[in-house]
Amino acid sequence: MSTATTQKKSPFDAIKSRLQGVDLRQNGIFLALIGLVIFFAATTPNAASISPTNFSNLVVQNGYILVLAIGMVMVIIAGHIDLSVGSIAAFIGAVAGILTVRPIEQDGWEWLPALPWWGGILGAILVGAIVGMWQGFWVAYVGIPAFIVTLAGMLLFRGLALMTLQSSNIGPFPDEFRAIGNGFIDKEKTLNGLIGIPEQFNAIALIITALGVVAIWISQLRTRAGKIRYEQPVEPVFWFYGKNVILSIMVAYLGIQLSQANGIPITLVVVVFLILLYTMIMNKTPFGRYIYAIGGNLNAAVLSGINVRLVNFFLFVNIGALAALSGVLITARMNSAVPKAGDGFELDAISSVFIGGAAVQGGVGTVTGSMLGGMIQGVLANGMNLNSVGIDVQMTIKGLVLLLAVAFDVWSKRRK
Amino acid sequence: MASNSILEMKNITKIFPGVKALDDVSLTVERGEIHAICGENGAGKSTLMKVLSGVYAFGTYIGDIVYENEVRKFANISDSEAQGIVIIHQELALSPHLSIAENIFLGNEIKNVFGLINWNKTYQEASSLMARVGLKEDPNLPIKDVGVGKQQLVEIAKALSKRVKLLILDEPTAALNDEDSAHLLDLLRHLKGQGITSIIISHKLNEIEAIADTTTILRDGKTIESLNMKGSKVSQERIIKGMVGREMDNRYPARNADIGDEILRVENWSAYHPIDSTRLVVDDVSMNVRKGEIVGLAGIMGAGRTEFARSVFGHSYGTNITGKVYKNGKEISVKTISEAISNGLAYATEDRKRFGLNLIEDVKRNISLASLKSFVRFGLVNDNEEYKRASEYRASMNIKSPSVLSVVGQLSGGNQQKVVLSKWINVNPDVLILDEPTRGIDVGAKYEIYLIIQRLASEGKGVIVISSELPELIGICDRIYAISEGRITGEVLRQDAKPELLMSYMTMEKSKK
Repeated sequence: MSTATTQKKSPFDAIKSRLQGVDLRQNGIFLALIGLVIFFAATTPNAASISPTNFSNLVVQNGYILVLAIGMVMVIIAGHIDLSVGSIAAFIGAVAGILTVRPIEQDGWEWLPALPWWGGILGAILVGAIVGMWQGFWVAYVGIPAFIVTLAGMLLFRGLALMTLQSSNIGPFPDEFRAIGNGFIDKEKTLNGLIGIPEQFNAIALIITALGVVAIWISQLRTRAGKIRYEQPVEPVFWFYGKNVILSIMVAYLGIQLSQANGIPITLVVVVFLILLYTMIMNKTPFGRYIYAIGGNLNAAVLSGINVRLVNFFLFVNIGALAALSGVLITARMNSAVPKAGDGFELDAISSVFIGGAAVQGGVGTVTGSMLGGMIQGVLANGMNLNSVGIDVQMTIKGLVLLLAVAFDVWSKRRK
Repeated sequence: MASNSILEMKNITKIFPGVKALDDVSLTVERGEIHAICGENGAGKSTLMKVLSGVYAFGTYIGDIVYENEVRKFANISDSEAQGIVIIHQELALSPHLSIAENIFLGNEIKNVFGLINWNKTYQEASSLMARVGLKEDPNLPIKDVGVGKQQLVEIAKALSKRVKLLILDEPTAALNDEDSAHLLDLLRHLKGQGITSIIISHKLNEIEAIADTTTILRDGKTIESLNMKGSKVSQERIIKGMVGREMDNRYPARNADIGDEILRVENWSAYHPIDSTRLVVDDVSMNVRKGEIVGLAGIMGAGRTEFARSVFGHSYGTNITGKVYKNGKEISVKTISEAISNGLAYATEDRKRFGLNLIEDVKRNISLASLKSFVRFGLVNDNEEYKRASEYRASMNIKSPSVLSVVGQLSGGNQQKVVLSKWINVNPDVLILDEPTRGIDVGAKYEIYLIIQRLASEGKGVIVISSELPELIGICDRIYAISEGRITGEVLRQDAKPELLMSYMTMEKSKK
């Protein structure tokens, strides 16, 4: 049946064959994101949504969700879920407070010396990894479903956060610590004078943006050349160049806008680094491949000699560390560790992953898709805020967006 | 008086986007006969039955369905079931935790005037239906505790409860052992005596020969011919010719064995059931394979053959495993699967969909999964090399897919099996254990698999083939062990192998004291 096919030609087929090798789902949400940005640019008063400051705010306000979504998409691809990341973020915020500020003298923490800012961050991430080991142990080695383990973790770590903070706040934090959530590269534009860039722009932001665009082209062209050398199918030429030109314009636009605000946020540097790192892990390392294999067919993965327990264990260690980093980001931004921090983050992260095209059954999903999903949510919330849309309507719309994005997936799969 | 046919499907054409699955197919089924439908995988058998049963609604196909002398326009399955057409799919549609009786009446419950289920009547009716199909079990027993053969009977009882007139069975004996198959075929004859017409889709030609009154052959979505099986004897070769469009004088390639020294020896191997750890499943098995040798392992399902293979392959089945494994005379450890693989063992499962393949992933990544480390440079997988290697297998194994980036779940059974074999050949094993390598795949693809097995042996590997099809084992193996109740009950060389002899070993029971 599959070989002896008599195919009828129609104009639709012609379009289809031209788009062969194009990932419509992934590119679809990319276009949806651009559409949203344009929509809010047109509707917000004074086009406030595309002002330099707003772009800067968008990045800083949504960084922590993107960090969580990276860990979450990996867990979801393997067929698990993690409901505890919000609570872990709160707990780790508290831990970071204890480590760097050591605030409440009467509480019995006097013995602990305050660490420098970097020690606080590393220590916090380490504790996050230990939290992940705890959950990974129950999921991977005892065999309790992740839904239950992390539901318990959601309560457990919220409780620990409250205990550690004794229902009060810790702050303020050292300036260097705050920079990771609130800081910018060369905010004072010290470089401008040296190379003669107008004061309106931040020179280093422009340079980084230019380097970024060049890096995109080099890596895309190299990957394509490699594929062609091995006679692999590649995206059509017009699509390849069109896509990368659009991507470059967007990166350049964002960079120029940011350079007119405070410069490149340190959060953005962290997030971009993590996106690149984890995209590589998921596509290019055996560990990443095993995650897809486990989610696609657990039995087959076991019989292929994959140490499934170890992979699952590391997945939770990983998301524990990323949740910790996200806890550090919000604590730094708020300049205070509070017991209620991170409330509902798990749901934002999970929504990002599913809007980004992951499958509920596991085995399917990408880091970039989840990032786009997270950005769609961020832009949507930001735009609605600027349009003074009430929180009631915002929640309704966010819910519908999630539902429709997944419905679109189900619908397009059925058509195949 | 109207014609004697219960069903006439006239000039049915069904088109999926880009594929003509059925092309002007006609089928006439006489009242009260057993009508077999044969064809290679992808010939359109299942599609035809889905058209008939309303899975593909009226309007989505071209042509007419005349059933009981009336043109029918079924919109869904309940329409066709209301007319007494019941289809039993290969993958049984039973709910594992519900009882036999509950399953029989699932969706069709016996209710009292208040709309509540009348349990007394349910069990009474269930018992009488079970008696009709010869199922001797407690109707309260959950389905999960009932063997596959008996589950099939529950499905038929369920069909009877719906007043079935035309029963359609899709590969009913594919998962059954010979005894259960024989019982099922007897039941079909018995139901025929009660006036129930059956359509049976099967790959097992000896069954068709034994039971069918008429055989319709499909090939590439077209009706090739309908053979009357009643009068003159129609040979299996005749049916195969129709299915593949060519004579297959020889279903097995000629064997020219070049057998060397012993490569693998298993001694005193025992394993217990993973849950019921008092139940001995593999009982003191000793066997060996030589370089270049194809060794068969014959046994009915549940005899312990798969259990033996999997317990040797990295202890992936069973508890309290004891025994020794030697490779080239030296003892090796096979405690984990990765250990077994690195010691040169490979095991291709009998159930490729559940245990062998990631169906939502492409051909390339399935082939590389067990040997991914060999593609790694500086910690990263070289996916260009991976693509190249997969493409080489696609060519050498004749995997029919648009490319190695095609999703495995969309390939036919035979091509999926070739992907599984490629995956295990790529770990470069010294000994391959192939569990039911030709199950559920068509005659042409089977021959290709046999050639691949021979090629592996000629490269100096040891090959162990597990199969429940005796002609297949006799056709391709140099030596055959028979296994029964977890024990090796006989060892037969190729020239002495006769089905009757092997069957007597395979059914040998433990001597009772």
